[in-house]
Amino acid sequence: MSIRVRYFASLREKMGRTEEDVSSEDISTVTDLWKAVNEGRPMPDHLLCAVNMEYVDANSTVNDGDEVAFFPPVTGG
Amino acid sequence: MRIELRESPFDPYAEVSRFQSELLAPHTGQYGATSLFVGTMRDFNEGDTVEKLWLEHYPGMTERELARILDEAAERWPFLEALVIHRFGAIEPGENIVLIAIWSAHRSASMEATRHIIEALKHRAPFWKRETLAQGYRWVEKNTAG
Repeated sequence: MSIRVRYFASLREKMGRTEEDVSSEDISTVTDLWKAVNEGRPMPDHLLCAVNMEYVDANSTVNDGDEVAFFPPVTGG
Repeated sequence: MRIELRESPFDPYAEVSRFQSELLAPHTGQYGATSLFVGTMRDFNEGDTVEKLWLEHYPGMTERELARILDEAAERWPFLEALVIHRFGAIEPGENIVLIAIWSAHRSASMEATRHIIEALKHRAPFWKRETLAQGYRWVEKNTAG
């Protein structure tokens, strides 16, 4: 399974990258994906996530070819 | 319904006027209320002077989320047309960041829809503000209370 992962704003700076491709058969949810790119650390409560540009919660499933984005609370307007 | 993201400054009043004369011409006589919200960059926040703003966004998701917000509002309030313009990139104090304009038959629909849309935008549209201060910069962590 291959997933495109994107990061925005302060999280992008913290991660030190804007995006990456993750290939693994051990990922079934957004939380699994977060742990896979963060050495097993839990996903912070305040972070938001989207799958294919739609908000989801951390327990949502991810599928091969999905684009998953992690980002801090939004501050537009 | 029109949603636009802009990298350069815009005049919200000229945009409203143009939209109304071009796209609302077929609705002449049908709308009796127009409500506007214009958000403008301040030069202060959290007690500090802000020199510049950098507005990051998630291209693609931003437009989709704004469309979802407008669709939801249209289900609750019967408005005829909507225009939303939002900046991204480098912004200076005094420049306009966002315009929301709603046309409806009666005032309650346009006013309530406008209020709903700006609040939903602030909580859901994937934009992030980074403020340049006298020394360094910081990411805005949360919205102001309004």
